[in-house]
Amino acid sequence: MADFLAMGGYAAFVWSAYGVTALVLAGLGLATVLSARRARAALHEAEQQIQGRRRTSRAQARAQR
Amino acid sequence: MQRFANPGQFLRLAAVVQPWAAGVGAVATAVGLYFALFLSPADYQQGDTVRIMYVHVPAAWMALSIYLGLAVAAALSLVWKHPLADVAARAMAPIGAAFTALCLITGSLWGQPMWGTWWVWDARLTSVLVLFFLYLGHIALANAFDDADRGARAAAVLALVGVVNLPIIKFSVDWWNTLHQPASVMRLGGPTIHGAMLAPLLLMWAAYMGYFVVVLITRMRTELAERRLRALQLNAEQATRMTASAVEAG
Repeated sequence: MADFLAMGGYAAFVWSAYGVTALVLAGLGLATVLSARRARAALHEAEQQIQGRRRTSRAQARAQR
Repeated sequence: MQRFANPGQFLRLAAVVQPWAAGVGAVATAVGLYFALFLSPADYQQGDTVRIMYVHVPAAWMALSIYLGLAVAAALSLVWKHPLADVAARAMAPIGAAFTALCLITGSLWGQPMWGTWWVWDARLTSVLVLFFLYLGHIALANAFDDADRGARAAAVLALVGVVNLPIIKFSVDWWNTLHQPASVMRLGGPTIHGAMLAPLLLMWAAYMGYFVVVLITRMRTELAERRLRALQLNAEQATRMTASAVEAG
């Protein structure tokens, strides 16, 4: 196991390369998921507001009659 | 082609493709890492640093092929005004930039022990650095205008002009003197690399492709949701303005 981790003396270079790959791809993935969630929530809220406004304007119209 | 212009159709297709891409990507990552770190042999000259190749070379392939995808999307958006093309281009650019950055960083980590330097200003390394800046330029231009369509057009022109860089990158190792080794997989006359090293390369490429498809689809869906939100807000503003003027007039 220690042999494997040592990577023939090049541990610093090999593991840094794999580590930075994991880090960058995970970072982009996380940013993607977070912005997807934010966009979905904002859209959902806007759609509900519009539905709510439609409902109130219909109720107002009924009250005026 | 026009069939996929409809966002509804795209979203349905995306919902089917995404879990498959995620599955293939996950399996390829696990098997690929096992091959890359355990099964494949150390190089007789480079020792274990050759294992950096399995994250470095597929990242370079991704950097180039995503740029090709970006250019195709740019052409579709400029010439045929394909409504999803700009959405795809905006989603692709950051992923391409990430793979290009990885290609540069892992290459540097390989160059230091094998060439004795982190960086040289030779044709291969410099042209890949230019590719990275093309991606960044695309992201910046696409978001530089208040009018999203103008941003899309400017970014698409940049993407198309940048295509000249692709053959320069590919053939830089043949045209100029460089520390970088020439192609050993995608070359006329077939690969010169041994199967034991080709297998992890292809597996890691499949892993990156799976990742790319999953992230691309998610980013495209986000962009579509944001566009729908902007359209709703615009509608709502117009409605308020009309009510206000009606009240004034009444």
